Amino acid sequence: MTTRFNSFALPLIAASIVLTAAPAMAAEVTGAGATFPAPIYGKWAEAYHKATGNKINYQSIGSGGGIKQITAKTVDFGATDMPLKTEALEKDGLMQFPAVIGGEVLIVNLAGIKPGELRLTPAALADIFLGKIVKWNDKAIAQLNPKVSLPDQAIAVVRRADGSGTTFIFTNYLCKVSPEWKQKVGEGTAVQWPVGLGGKGNEGVSAFVQRIPGAIGYVEYAYAKQNKMTYALLQNQAGEYPQPDDTSFKAAAAYADWSKSDFGEILTNEPGKTSWPITGATFILMHKVQDKPAQGAEVLKFFDWSHKNGAKMAEELDYVPLPDSLVKLINTSWGNIKDAAGKPVRIGK
Amino acid sequence: MAAEITPKRKGNIGDWVFFNLTRLFALVTLMMLGGIIVSLVYGAWPAIQRFGFGFIWSGEWNPPMERFGALIPIYGTLATSLVALVIAVPVSFGIAIFLTEMAPAWLKRPLGIAIELLAGIPSIVYGMWGLLVFAPVFSKYIQPMMADTLGKLPIIGELFSGAALGIGILSAGIVLAIMTIPFIASVMRDVFEVTPAMLKESAYGVGATTWEVVWNVVLPYTKVGVIGGIMLGLGRALGETMAVTFLIGNMNVFGGFSLFLPGNSIASALANEFAEAESPIYTASLIELGLILFFITFVVLSLSKLLLLQLTRQEGSKT
Repeated sequence: MTTRFNSFALPLIAASIVLTAAPAMAAEVTGAGATFPAPIYGKWAEAYHKATGNKINYQSIGSGGGIKQITAKTVDFGATDMPLKTEALEKDGLMQFPAVIGGEVLIVNLAGIKPGELRLTPAALADIFLGKIVKWNDKAIAQLNPKVSLPDQAIAVVRRADGSGTTFIFTNYLCKVSPEWKQKVGEGTAVQWPVGLGGKGNEGVSAFVQRIPGAIGYVEYAYAKQNKMTYALLQNQAGEYPQPDDTSFKAAAAYADWSKSDFGEILTNEPGKTSWPITGATFILMHKVQDKPAQGAEVLKFFDWSHKNGAKMAEELDYVPLPDSLVKLINTSWGNIKDAAGKPVRIGK
Repeated sequence: MAAEITPKRKGNIGDWVFFNLTRLFALVTLMMLGGIIVSLVYGAWPAIQRFGFGFIWSGEWNPPMERFGALIPIYGTLATSLVALVIAVPVSFGIAIFLTEMAPAWLKRPLGIAIELLAGIPSIVYGMWGLLVFAPVFSKYIQPMMADTLGKLPIIGELFSGAALGIGILSAGIVLAIMTIPFIASVMRDVFEVTPAMLKESAYGVGATTWEVVWNVVLPYTKVGVIGGIMLGLGRALGETMAVTFLIGNMNVFGGFSLFLPGNSIASALANEFAEAESPIYTASLIELGLILFFITFVVLSLSKLLLLQLTRQEGSKT
């Protein structure tokens, strides 16, 4: 619009400035990354747009893509399910903060077993995914479940085929509880699985589990809940078997020590009697030095708004909002985001 | 005289423009092909440097340890495509013969259109249908039957052994066959239709059966087109992504030669892992997989051209 007016006489240029000023006020920022939090970012963005008139575009292209995009500065913020380590953050001048918390549950397909009836220990879970326990009536599982009659059936392991933050959190948990897993397989968004079938996305994993008798797999909590899937209980670090729900995810989040490691906390295997062991946060990545301070300020405004107004929306979508103490820490950390002159970009407190 | 030249000259300018425009398009295609090869090699370079030729022979695909090899995806790609062709070629041949030689006139058009419509269904629909509808039926009824019959045979019995999961190389291959049949069948029908009626009528006239006419007259006359159609189908099978991803099981560990086992294909591995691959060597290895798929397609096309050359040469020697 401006370019067209520029070729005209001066008064017209003045007019064009007036005309373009209005849309310039409604800032538009872009983010890209993880698919797991995409529904809630979308919902927040929509509500935020209604409340303020400002637009947030979020492209769910996957955590790996999000990291690449923010490093290349093609977006105003990146999003990843896998927190970056301090060295990686420093290398690219980035900072990170958690945005929302979620949990993963184990879903099973065993005739006659109701949700929450089957109990597993971390060791048994690791051995199942290592292919060392191959039958459901194996002693290691049977002694944990004296009241349940387990069939003499082969265990079909199902896992994600696509690279995914869900897999990262799950394998991170297995690494923490099983030295053998850590040494043989390791953690990552995709790993070399010793056994099992790969389904694409949560829906692929659940389709396989529901179809194959004797199957076990892991999916995001929201997905399992909305589809009323048969889940198993998992023993936590304190030796208890909490129900996987928002209370036990919150409990895990409360135990994490967020003040260290640049918020890079992975909430798996947290202590506490009521903590669900496979919990994880998803993260936002931003540059510490903002080339476009106005854009950076707008991103912070959006997340500040979502902290204040977004908790209920998150719960509706079966995410867990951040605890208040963590929100305070995040607020403080935002002071480190500065413009080229070293002035914090954040407007207001 | 002048009045004659002007339109001619105008025509010449038009011809010149048209010639250069079409040449430009052709060159752009060539340049794009070259550009794709260059960028694939460039992107894959870290992996090529690190793993060398071992990349092709190694069956390991281990992102956390950063050890990569392409053997399992290569095997899966070739195996699923082969299964698809073994099923699709005879079926398509049958469809094409029926449509051109045997179907009553009122059935030809609707049936032909129906087959062409099948080609227009998006591949993800085939994938979802395969996963939610086909795989359960396949694992419950067909796979056990195959294991009891084909599985008992010597040598090939090995291919039909193991757990009937409904997911694996065979299921992926069968769904690929269903996807490629419309392509192969419609090309075959089109080329069968161009066989001169005189040739066919003469053969029928001397008392040949439909089979003899097809085998001895139609097929030799149309073999270039038939092979072209098969290659078109094979090309689709090699590069198919979504449908295979849903059905192949995406297993990067080699468990044996049974077609019931889950595997992985190149296109499926790329689709699954590219978005979340962060380390440079991981990305480079995935790009090298793409390069290998490109190479496989190139080899397949070259082989089909060679085959055609061979066939034409034999033809020459016969007469």
